Amino acid sequence: MAPHQVRRPFKRAAISDQQKRRELALLRQQQSRRDSQHQARSSILSLQPEPEPEPEPRDFDVARASKLKGAEAREWFSRQLTLPEWMIDIPPRLNQDWYVFARPSGKRCFVVSSDGTTVSRLRNGYVLHHFPSALPNGARTKDVSGPSHSFCLLDCIFHELDQTYYVIDMVCWRGYSLYDCTAEFRFFWLSSKLAETGACDTPSLYHRYRFSVVPIYSCDLTGLHTAYAGNVPYVKDGLLFYNKHAHYQTGNTPLALVWKDESCSQYVLDTDSKGQVPAQQQVVLELQDDGKLTTSDDPPVVFGCLEKELFQKFDLLSGSLLRFAIGEGGMRFLDGNVEMADLHYLGKVNRGRAFSDNTSKVCWFILYISCSL
Amino acid sequence: MAMEVTQVLLNAQAVDDTLRKHAEENLKQFQEQNLPAFLLSLSTELANDEKPVNSRQLAGLVLKNALDAKDQLRKSELVQRWLSLDITAKAQIKGYLLQTLSSPVPDPRSTASQVIAKIAGIELPHNQWPELIGSLLSNIHQLPAHVKQATLDTLGYLCEEVPSDVIDQDQVNKILTAVVQGMNSSEGNNDVRLAATRALYNALGFAQANFTNDMERDYIMRVVCEATLSPEVRIRQAAFECLVSISSTYYSKLAPYIQDIFNITAKAVREDEEAVALQAIEFWSSICDEEIDILEEYGGDFSGDSDIPCFNFVKQALPVLVPLLLETLLKQEEDQDQDEGAWNLAMAGGTCLGLVARTVGDDIVPLVMPFIEENITKADWRQREAATYAFGSIMEGPSPDKLTSIVNVALSFMLSALMKDPNNHVKDTTAWTLGRIFEFLHGSTMESAIVTPANCQQIVTVLVQSMKDAPNVAEKACGALYFLAQGYEDSGSLSSPLTPFFQDIVQALLDVSHREDAGESRLRTAAYEALNEVVRSATDETAPMVLQLVPLIMMELHKTFEAQNLSSYEKERQAELQGLLCGCLQVFIQKLGASDATKYLFMQYADQMMTLFLRVFDCRSATVHEEAMLAIGALAYTCGPAFAKYMPEFYKYLEMGLQNFEEYQVCAITVGVVGDICRALEDKILPYCDGIMTQLLKDLSSNQLHRSVKPPIFSCFGDISLAIGENFDKYLMYAMPMLQSAAELSAHTSSGDDEILEYTNLLRNGILEAYSGIFQGFKNSPKTQLLMPYAPHILQFLDSLYLEKDMDDVVTKTAIGVLGDLADTLGSSAGPLIQQSLTSREFLRECLASHDPLIKESADWAHLAISQLAITG
Repeated sequence: MAPHQVRRPFKRAAISDQQKRRELALLRQQQSRRDSQHQARSSILSLQPEPEPEPEPRDFDVARASKLKGAEAREWFSRQLTLPEWMIDIPPRLNQDWYVFARPSGKRCFVVSSDGTTVSRLRNGYVLHHFPSALPNGARTKDVSGPSHSFCLLDCIFHELDQTYYVIDMVCWRGYSLYDCTAEFRFFWLSSKLAETGACDTPSLYHRYRFSVVPIYSCDLTGLHTAYAGNVPYVKDGLLFYNKHAHYQTGNTPLALVWKDESCSQYVLDTDSKGQVPAQQQVVLELQDDGKLTTSDDPPVVFGCLEKELFQKFDLLSGSLLRFAIGEGGMRFLDGNVEMADLHYLGKVNRGRAFSDNTSKVCWFILYISCSL
Repeated sequence: MAMEVTQVLLNAQAVDDTLRKHAEENLKQFQEQNLPAFLLSLSTELANDEKPVNSRQLAGLVLKNALDAKDQLRKSELVQRWLSLDITAKAQIKGYLLQTLSSPVPDPRSTASQVIAKIAGIELPHNQWPELIGSLLSNIHQLPAHVKQATLDTLGYLCEEVPSDVIDQDQVNKILTAVVQGMNSSEGNNDVRLAATRALYNALGFAQANFTNDMERDYIMRVVCEATLSPEVRIRQAAFECLVSISSTYYSKLAPYIQDIFNITAKAVREDEEAVALQAIEFWSSICDEEIDILEEYGGDFSGDSDIPCFNFVKQALPVLVPLLLETLLKQEEDQDQDEGAWNLAMAGGTCLGLVARTVGDDIVPLVMPFIEENITKADWRQREAATYAFGSIMEGPSPDKLTSIVNVALSFMLSALMKDPNNHVKDTTAWTLGRIFEFLHGSTMESAIVTPANCQQIVTVLVQSMKDAPNVAEKACGALYFLAQGYEDSGSLSSPLTPFFQDIVQALLDVSHREDAGESRLRTAAYEALNEVVRSATDETAPMVLQLVPLIMMELHKTFEAQNLSSYEKERQAELQGLLCGCLQVFIQKLGASDATKYLFMQYADQMMTLFLRVFDCRSATVHEEAMLAIGALAYTCGPAFAKYMPEFYKYLEMGLQNFEEYQVCAITVGVVGDICRALEDKILPYCDGIMTQLLKDLSSNQLHRSVKPPIFSCFGDISLAIGENFDKYLMYAMPMLQSAAELSAHTSSGDDEILEYTNLLRNGILEAYSGIFQGFKNSPKTQLLMPYAPHILQFLDSLYLEKDMDDVVTKTAIGVLGDLADTLGSSAGPLIQQSLTSREFLRECLASHDPLIKESADWAHLAISQLAITG
């Protein structure tokens, strides 16, 4: 048997450049495979068993939108929030099919975490904050969890007093779309996922604002009472009702409802810039080409018509949002159409506003005022 | 007949061509006509002391070759052939072989030992030849020493051939007893003692149980240590080889002996002959290897569930071990830096010193610094070189905190030594040390910079200048530049301190590659490798210069085709150079393709480049060039769908690569390139899929192909399905049964062997990636239901993986992802199946709670997909 010689590499680097090239190629292939797998998984999370994919899958939109900047981003985000109607009657099976929770007072916004940063955008699409957060991909920290393209989209209310984002709905999580999931699932997902990321922790260097969930109740008597009268760490601004089976709907939806009264909200009625409740209730309507004044409902409801002279007199363009006072004559509805409305023109609306009021809000005010009177 | 065999065997070794060929033909015919008779006559020849040594020797060799081959497939054929041979003939052959062990002639004895071991390697695992070990052991007590020696040799070879689990402990004990007795100092015959010591080396792997028994272990260790003191140098060397093997196999049992071993090894390093001293140093290098592994694995935390504690032998021996190693550094040979095969005391000691530094970290610095300070300015080059080497070898291990201030002082000294020292060795080691400094202490992750705007120019100037030095020095200078550039690899689009010198550096490297003597000391390779790293670290500012390099390197590659009628040596050099140039182009493709600004400008070269790669393939007949294949993969990734136009011409080489069983790395790389092309072309790859799938399926069913290629082939199924979607349906009937049987095999690992488990996990991951890709490929297709019949098995596979509890994190991530893909694609029709599976409950729950972000992400996906089922179902 021959002796066993031992020679070790001498003055040689641990890995050759050729080995490095091989490893880099393998790495690239693994990464690409993961990317295409990820794309396949998140592109169409189809609910419908019948194979009719949407012409332009929305989730792809969302992935793209998470990267949008400037005007494009504002335009896109201003159309994305779900807008609850005002509760003017009690939906059937309220106690079984609905959730209720106390709406935190503050600025409603979309929070997007992607590419190592977090942006919050107001209802009109404008940026509220740009900050690092513990949300997935929400800050440039070394321990990036998950692929770089994964992003989150959260429906939030920013509560000034404790500088906290209260998350009221989850739209996308780690690149997976929850648009087509029921509220029941979205709320479950929200409650189980958010805390895991550390987003609910107190602020730190890489986490500027705290996030928090709101307590959500089934809309039975106890739930309703707790939401209405229970203690919460934030200032309440009414109650929100969400239908358990509804998907996340952009824009107005009758499957999410808002209720306000003086004991559960500071801001029952619109206030003016000084915080005073105006003597007359006001309504914001959109001016159409033909002079019609419409709500933001789909289809829009016509409240009245503006004459051509007024048009020119106030130098108004179609598409403008105009504020009107509802006069003593009030309004009358017939078969869902406005038969008569006593509107008084007040002026143009602050540019920051994105859309007109919806009918349910107007009706609710009228009801509310007439009841309280 | 017997006479005839002798003559034929002698003729087969004749100088005369005709005579020899005729004899070989005769042997072949004889073998084909009657194999048992042929083998029997060979063994008779070997055993017959009346016959000439030459014919006996060749008889033994032919016999050995009839039992074993390098090629795995051939080997298993030979094994089967022997097993099915007539039993009487085999018994006779084995009888003659055992008889030969007693021959007074040494060579036939030795050949017989090896043939017996080969037969044992075949028969013992099948519970045949049970009396072999007994009859060998009875030989040990025979009087003639040469019989004893041959028997111990046989036991040694046998331990090398036979897997350790087929010999029962009782026999192991007897073998060890015989071997250790043969090693004992009371054994008067040196040949017997040497044979016993070498036999122990092979038998150590069988001694697991004996090493857990204190008394037996003590006895073995005592005998081994005593043998290191034998007056016979070959015995001392063999005994140290045993110690080296024990240090890695039985590290955890060494504590009681380490002090004695230190004394023995120190004495050997200082006083013994080089062959022995080298093994003594190797003992400590091997201990370092063990401790580095343990420390890396457990990160210094042994309180928890670490199975092997680190005894810190190196740390304890440090105050005496380091001076011992430093002494060896002064024993350099004159021409060791030019001699590729050199291995001497200084090299072994220096290498060990580097390992010690990695093992103990900061503690080594104060022990080495005085030596460096004392010797680095001495007149004798050996002292300067030893001091510099010592410095270079402690750059890896100690913390940057500990080293940075020292290096800051030393750096300008080193730069000036590289310029001015009159000695080639000193310059070689100085340039190497600079490379080590940049490799371990320079880069974006370092807190304080070694290379600053103030000294960067000087460093570059010195390195560029040294590239004109002797080939061995220039090669180290290229290496140093490699690591200098590597430090800026992740500076991204920001400006890099190398930017002002980029042009000069590139020019200097190209000049080196054109040196007449660039073939020496692997200088050309080092130059191109440094060029690659400089390109990788290029910034937005220097990217245009990289773009200008593309046509230059393409021209170089073009030039390699000009030479005609090359000898096989020249062909090899040509392929090597083509490899380097394709490697460069691959790096360019990746660099320039990564940013939109350069990608479009780069794409103008794509056609020409592809033509060149195809010509590189044409330089060979049956194989494809690995580096060209890698470069094409990168090109496909960069080109995207536009790569389709190259497919008609490229396809045949792709197929050739997939058929390359012999060079399995080439096959593996080609499989990876198929994945690249799938993602680039998507459904445009469809026309080629029949061919590709056929080849991949052939590869999978081949016994010849190295097993490491199989997992990537499975993953590649997934890539193809994801690219062509429901068109994959026609391959389901072939691919699915293969996946299924591989899944069944890989679900359970029979042995606790780490290597097997690692491979099994690679295999599992490949299978799961295939399933994932297939499900996702079929999503939203009317053919989805074709996958339904496979769902039960796949879920069962996931369940059994979960129950087996030996998946690694990667497999866990992929497995739970497959659950999601299955649910997502099959929808509510698979709902009941999914709900029954463990995977959708316990396994998923565990993954959701995982701290690994990738596992969690996959689990979230699966959870989401399953929840959707519940809603629609």
